[in-house]
Amino acid sequence: MSSALASRLRRVKLGTVCRIILVLILAVLPLYLDNSLLQTGLFSMAAVVGAIGLTILTGAAGQLSLAHAFFLAVGAYSYSYFAGVKDPSGASKAHGLGMPPVLAMILAVATAGVVGLLFSPIAGRLRGIYLGVASLSLVFIGSFIYENARSLTGGFNGRPATEFDLFGFHFGPEHPPLTVLNIAFGRFERLWYLFLALAVLAYIFGVNVLRGRMGRAMQTMRDSEVAAATMGVDIRRTKAGVFALSSMYAGLAGVMVALAFTRVTPDYFILPLSISYLAMVVIGGLGSVGGAALGAVFVTALPTLLSRYSGSLPFVAEPASGGYDAGKISAALFGVAIVFIVIFEPGGLSALGTRITRRFRRNKTEAPATEPKRAMPRSGTVTRTQEDPV
Amino acid sequence: MTRFIELMLNGISLGSVYALIALGFVIVFKATEVVNFAQGSMLVLGGYVTTRAHDHMPFVPALLVGIAATAITALIIERVLIRNARGADVNALAILTIGIDILLITELTRRFGSDVLTIGDPWGNKLVHLGNLSLPQARLAAITVAVVLLSGFFAAFKYSSWGVAMRAGAEDNEAAALMGIRRGRVTATAWMVAGLLAAVAVVFLTAFPSPGLDTGAREIALRAFPAAILGGLDSTGGAVVGGLAIGLAEAMTAGYSVTFLGGSLADVIPYLVMLVILLVRPSGIFGTRELSRV
Repeated sequence: MSSALASRLRRVKLGTVCRIILVLILAVLPLYLDNSLLQTGLFSMAAVVGAIGLTILTGAAGQLSLAHAFFLAVGAYSYSYFAGVKDPSGASKAHGLGMPPVLAMILAVATAGVVGLLFSPIAGRLRGIYLGVASLSLVFIGSFIYENARSLTGGFNGRPATEFDLFGFHFGPEHPPLTVLNIAFGRFERLWYLFLALAVLAYIFGVNVLRGRMGRAMQTMRDSEVAAATMGVDIRRTKAGVFALSSMYAGLAGVMVALAFTRVTPDYFILPLSISYLAMVVIGGLGSVGGAALGAVFVTALPTLLSRYSGSLPFVAEPASGGYDAGKISAALFGVAIVFIVIFEPGGLSALGTRITRRFRRNKTEAPATEPKRAMPRSGTVTRTQEDPV
Repeated sequence: MTRFIELMLNGISLGSVYALIALGFVIVFKATEVVNFAQGSMLVLGGYVTTRAHDHMPFVPALLVGIAATAITALIIERVLIRNARGADVNALAILTIGIDILLITELTRRFGSDVLTIGDPWGNKLVHLGNLSLPQARLAAITVAVVLLSGFFAAFKYSSWGVAMRAGAEDNEAAALMGIRRGRVTATAWMVAGLLAAVAVVFLTAFPSPGLDTGAREIALRAFPAAILGGLDSTGGAVVGGLAIGLAEAMTAGYSVTFLGGSLADVIPYLVMLVILLVRPSGIFGTRELSRV
């Protein structure tokens, strides 16, 4: 008993120590990376936040959603709207409220949550796959709104996103000028720390949600709605709530993307974005927060890294040469990865990691294996009434 | 009034193409519980093979080659991938088909480059005049072909042993298997039929007055999703009704240039119609309602 407890404590500590070391490494990276890698890192961290939201919704609660791109857009546009001002030159018709950026960020996340809740009459009632397809519609309706509601979104050319500002400390290029260890800290370096803090917070929050009462309710609902309802879980409320929570995550990711791009344009928030978020959480392992983070970095960084080192990689073709260039190789890789993971390892990277560490541990201490988490549940039996006339 | 009738016919023609694609979704869903997100790239594949084959032979054999290629691809997907994931839940299977879709469309995009291919259908840009109505021939051909295919399908579904096996399997898989129904054969055929429907539908999606075939046809196939959903994903009749409803709604909003926020509402009308219907009936109009009591 006591040895089990001790090994448990040791395990917790080891994991935490690893995570802290990882964050520390990430914290010194800006001293070494150039701007293009820094930018890739920024997008990866934004994707980490978004993917954690999606893994809570699709992985833990079992609700397939293709609307993630839409909620990212809600976050990005509302940040730009709340913080922005009307362009004095008149180049863009978009209005803005000129709020402080911190407030605008919080309001943008809240807006994304509210929009998610507005969808709840649909999200809360639909079963399984119907939600997946219904959520698809939000992406297309969204695209229509971004391009046509010009006073809000700036139309086809989008609208600028105000640079972030935290109580007087500016996250723009060089105001106030800041030099750390002889490295000039520009926009990318500053944003790096902001994003790192947000990603770590999102991670901790996500892990705690899944461990807490709401997380248990979601997972029971995923495995069997009937059983969950028997245990007193309000299915509709849980579905609507988790949808709103995941939208808020997406909204924050949207704000981060807007800050990294300094512009919000409609051509970013399209269906392929939703699909790549899905790829992230599937590759990472549905329902695992750490896995989602890993998958997010993998999916976001791979195309840019491949194209950056395409010169030294013989299998990467030049862009637009008709061969497999970096973008196409990574797209194909994600496709293959999804197919293989669903068929062979439904737990994704995180299950792979657990399996490896368990084998490692078993060799050393013969620790009893715990039941692995089922990330993709087998379909339950449901009573059906046949109404189909054909 | 003439304008209205013209738009009606246009809508019915578009709707029957949507109905073909939506029926593909429904058949596959009924047989294997898979929502096939790869249907869009199957459509593009069918069009691509038909066009390439048309370089060497007349249109009809070329179309047959295209149909065969798509059906065989569907068969391979079913045999190699879907079968090995049997027992996974509906969402996992849907994600699997998204993976397949990414793979197929990446390769097809590479082959297309920036080309817009003309599929070489025999109707070209000819018009038919009926009184003071004028309609592209291709539109009428779409209606005719869809009616023939759909009635053929429904007859087979109702009377052939395949149809009986398929319905039995959809009703209760285990019981059907115990009664000696060869489930593997039923599901394989279902996927092949879906491939066939996709390869036929793409001809009419890209025929005049559409500009031609490029990988954007995949997005058009996604517009058939609302058709399948609003009819009810497990109702074959619903797919036809849904397809026609979506087609008519789209043709009418485009024809009378209904605008919202300054953009043409026709772009999003299928999705709006679907959301409204799902609000009222969460399983679609004719879909099986799953009841559970706690």
